[in-house]
Amino acid sequence: MNNFIQSFELNFIKDKRYMYLVEGLGNTLLITFFAVILGVLLGFFIAVVRSTHDKTGRMKFLNALCKFYLAVIRGTPAMLQLLIWFYVILVATPLPKVMVAMIAFGINSGAYVAEIVRSGIMSIDNGQFEAGRSLGFSYRQTMIYIVLPQAFKNVLPALANEFIVLLKETSVCGYIGIMDLTRGSDIIRSRTYEAFLPLIAAGLIYLVIVMLLTRLIGRLERRLRTSDR
Amino acid sequence: MTDNTVLFEIKDLEKSFGDNLVLDHISTSVKKGEVIAIIGPSGSGKSTFLRSLNLLEMPTGGTILFEGQNITDKHVNIDKYRQKIGMVFQHFNLFPNMTILRNMTLAPMKLLHMSEQEANEMAMGYLERVGLLEKANAYPGQLSGGQKQRIAIVRALCMNPEVLLFDEPTSALDPEMVGEVLEVIGDLAKQGMTMLIVTHEMGFAKEVASRVLFIDEGRIVEENTPKEMFECPESPRLREFLGKVL
Repeated sequence: MNNFIQSFELNFIKDKRYMYLVEGLGNTLLITFFAVILGVLLGFFIAVVRSTHDKTGRMKFLNALCKFYLAVIRGTPAMLQLLIWFYVILVATPLPKVMVAMIAFGINSGAYVAEIVRSGIMSIDNGQFEAGRSLGFSYRQTMIYIVLPQAFKNVLPALANEFIVLLKETSVCGYIGIMDLTRGSDIIRSRTYEAFLPLIAAGLIYLVIVMLLTRLIGRLERRLRTSDR
Repeated sequence: MTDNTVLFEIKDLEKSFGDNLVLDHISTSVKKGEVIAIIGPSGSGKSTFLRSLNLLEMPTGGTILFEGQNITDKHVNIDKYRQKIGMVFQHFNLFPNMTILRNMTLAPMKLLHMSEQEANEMAMGYLERVGLLEKANAYPGQLSGGQKQRIAIVRALCMNPEVLLFDEPTSALDPEMVGEVLEVIGDLAKQGMTMLIVTHEMGFAKEVASRVLFIDEGRIVEENTPKEMFECPESPRLREFLGKVL
């Protein structure tokens, strides 16, 4: 027990080492949060373009562009994409590293969100479209007022999963020198030469966040499902 | 009930899916206040005909004039046109994530820019008429088939349409619920609503319709008052069809 307390002090208290975890967590959450927003915006847009093309044959060029994007993003590792954003595409810009990570992960996540949302749109019965159109709604209005809310409800579990994956995927940020939660704990390890406590602590923090997130989404799901009985 | 205003003037209407000609030069007209029952064997094109009247199916030939305007013209605002044409589907197509009230008020509020209060009052009025006032805040999943279809009808009415199209409104219902839906449609007929109804309910067609269209293989084979139609059918096809369904 004494050993543990000593070890705890060495790893977290001494020299305020816990700050590595706190700051790292801050970066992890910041990057995840904005990447989720970017990913959702991008994903919904692409999903609508793709399913509009499938349903009506319009938007040929945009659809081709979206398909290209999906192929590239889903066909290469997220970490490699991060490196390419940082060392190739945005190398000449003064953007802070954290922002580069937000962009890289947001654009990466957008591809997965797009396919999730598209499957949601395709799962809505065509009768819903027809009912909307027959009342006089335009295609766009039918999408916004009638189809997307139902699609969103259907894909919420899959979306939540994507966000959880994203949260953990940001742990590769250390590769471009961002101190996220994972890198923070690794820095402690390199200072104290003790691996167990800092790494397990980081793991526990990820675990708690994911559990909280799961709970939150579960609550939202239940609320949206009031109509299904 | 009919006055002599012509609502629809349909000329040589044609619809094909690839090589498959589903509607073959259909011509007829619909006057204000008419209740037209459309009967025929399945696959005859009667639903396609109905759906092309509000352009859920785009005709591949011919013209549809609505109040003198050719609605198949590219410059016509289809959405505006559809606001005047209510449609009731076989499978109700209520919005499952919205309350009954919201189902009914969404379109009037967004498209006719009614205030929420105005829309609610109107919707409640209709709900009362079909005896479903207590369901205003229920969700479609909590209703029986017959109740859903009555809601679908009043949802269409909330847009104050000039014509109502019914695509086999009772075909997805349990037998004991058919009556309550037909009753609502019958009431609308009495009030002078112009309606086109694709139906398999011959008794209902006979009782409520002012005219019956018999469609087979994409053509109007016979068109007459229900009395004439059912009592002395002229064409052998119609005789054969009636022999099977009556």
